Amino acid sequence: MSPKTLYDKIWDAHVVQQSEDGTCLLYIDRHLVHEVTSPQAFEGLRMAGRKVRAPEKTIAVPDHNVPTTLDRADPATMTEDSRIQVAALDKNAKEFGINYYPVSDVRQGIVHIVGPEQGWTLPGMTVVCGDSHTATHGAFGALAHGIGTSEVEHVLATQTLIQKKSKNMKVEITGKLMPGVTAKDITLAVIGATGTAGGTGYVIEYCGEAIRDLSMEGRMTVCNMAIEGGARAGLIAPDQKTFDYVKGRPHAPKGADYDAAVEYWKTLFTDEGAHFDKVVTLKGEEIEPVVTWGTSPEDVLPISAVVPSPEDFKGGKVEAAKRAIEYMGLTSGQKLTDIKIDTVFIGSCTNGRIEDLRAAAEILKGKKVKDGMRAMVVPGSGLVRAQAEEEGIAQIFIDAGFEWRMAGCSMCLAMNPDQLAEGERCASTSNRNFEGRQGYKGRTHLVSPAMAAAAAITGKLTDVREMM
Amino acid sequence: MEKFETLQGIAAPMPLVNIDTDMIIPKIFLKTIKRSGLGVNLFDEMRYDRQGNEIADFVLNKPQYRDAQILVAGDNFGCGSSREHAPWAIADFGIKCVISTSFADIFFNNCFKNGILPIVFPQDVVDVLMKDAEKGSNARMTVDLENQVVTTSDGQEFAFEVDAFKKHCLMNGLDDIGLTMEHVSAIDAFEAKSNAERPWL
Repeated sequence: MSPKTLYDKIWDAHVVQQSEDGTCLLYIDRHLVHEVTSPQAFEGLRMAGRKVRAPEKTIAVPDHNVPTTLDRADPATMTEDSRIQVAALDKNAKEFGINYYPVSDVRQGIVHIVGPEQGWTLPGMTVVCGDSHTATHGAFGALAHGIGTSEVEHVLATQTLIQKKSKNMKVEITGKLMPGVTAKDITLAVIGATGTAGGTGYVIEYCGEAIRDLSMEGRMTVCNMAIEGGARAGLIAPDQKTFDYVKGRPHAPKGADYDAAVEYWKTLFTDEGAHFDKVVTLKGEEIEPVVTWGTSPEDVLPISAVVPSPEDFKGGKVEAAKRAIEYMGLTSGQKLTDIKIDTVFIGSCTNGRIEDLRAAAEILKGKKVKDGMRAMVVPGSGLVRAQAEEEGIAQIFIDAGFEWRMAGCSMCLAMNPDQLAEGERCASTSNRNFEGRQGYKGRTHLVSPAMAAAAAITGKLTDVREMM
Repeated sequence: MEKFETLQGIAAPMPLVNIDTDMIIPKIFLKTIKRSGLGVNLFDEMRYDRQGNEIADFVLNKPQYRDAQILVAGDNFGCGSSREHAPWAIADFGIKCVISTSFADIFFNNCFKNGILPIVFPQDVVDVLMKDAEKGSNARMTVDLENQVVTTSDGQEFAFEVDAFKKHCLMNGLDDIGLTMEHVSAIDAFEAKSNAERPWL
């Protein structure tokens, strides 16, 4: 038998049927659902008189719209259209009998944090959600990707997707990371190297010593942004860290089932000699803490660099860079560490897990947020919030002057009350720096949690290594 | 779904690269629970000022492009979120075909579910089509899906590739779910086998 990649193995294990032209019907093991991309899909089912085929494999949680203030139980904290959307999910979850974590449930949070936390995400699975950051679950060696609403309806009705296989891409990060460099810097550095379309048509497998050394939280951060590199999904082969993380979670297998599962999970790796259509290698030691300067996640530079000139680029990117520099209110040649910040946002499905909060708290301990700065930390789930409170991390944030919020997507996409004002500049641990992403004419610099904490203290983009 | 037949129409040029789904339809319009009515907010933040007035130099506000049915765009069109609201807004505006050097994966798939044909051409061809689109409303571009050819207003022809299954669905306006439902016994069989082999799922 010819050697297979991890992607090949998971794919092959889920093909229900294949047509001559290579179009496959792919079985889906887990379907995650949130309130923004699902109402039209449930409505479609209703109109066609269809049921959810596998409600026990379907998990819903509201996250995009929900306010993150402490008083959010009060309906007045939500706009009417947000309220209608969340209410629609409540109703659909009940009517179709799917697993559901309402806003009032302590387990509620960002769908990509809740899934792994509750043990819904397991190695070797296919996982989909009407959300591009579904790539996050690839950290477990699960084939996980975002789908549109029509596909959400298709999965609800049939528990399958019509798919063609992507190509295999390997991203290897060799060696060790230097102090102050995190999973976020890896994933941004990769996008900086490949561009936002560099992964288009591929599923990426991340490997190498620096990836193996990451915790499960760090691996989720890396895979989360595979989509920002254009890839359909990101994958990391499961290992003992993965098995240990999964063990004992509410929906993970137990007892003999767990043992049998681990035996199977141990077969989930890329065989020696398997073919990759594209290979990218970065040296872990050479990755610096990075920030984005522009309005695309590929606009990445080490914190020690300066704002580029449009002439540094080629083709259509020249015009895009010019537009980005103007939108961001920057000057070519300006040092990145001279850029003043108004707001710091720590949270999102990229960096809203306990390890992210610990990393930021480590920098903030005994320090204060710069006067006049808005700083907020939004745990990725109610359970992350509870754990941070138990560990004393919440108090470090509060003492430093951060707002300590309830779980949700918050300012990552500003569909809720957490938004940037026009012209406001934010150091953000989220995943997208698109125009208007965090609020109309808001300006976003993507950074790691530690770098966000450093920026909160100094009031400008800062090299976190100077604070360690 | 409406059938995609040969399209002859005005093409609007948008040479910007990395046009993301937040540009196509900003998130404030994602709070709808319907699929329709998003065309008026297509490219909202580029198209209108904060008071809701049209920005005159935005391409779709120019008189010659108001009825555009084809969009010729820069590389990596539709990157970003999975929101199907993006193709819903494009279709609702009346655009049925988008041409670029590359598309983001999820957006590309979403187009076909909504009667929109995304076409990938190499840079040199997109450059020719962009120039043709810049001629305005007197220049009609033709997109012939059956024969897989785009013809410029001055008769230059360019053949394009399209997935055979997706082409079939688009030309016949087929609903994927209905097609998959015909294979329900295969799904049942797969599920039974998978449950036996991996009982922990």
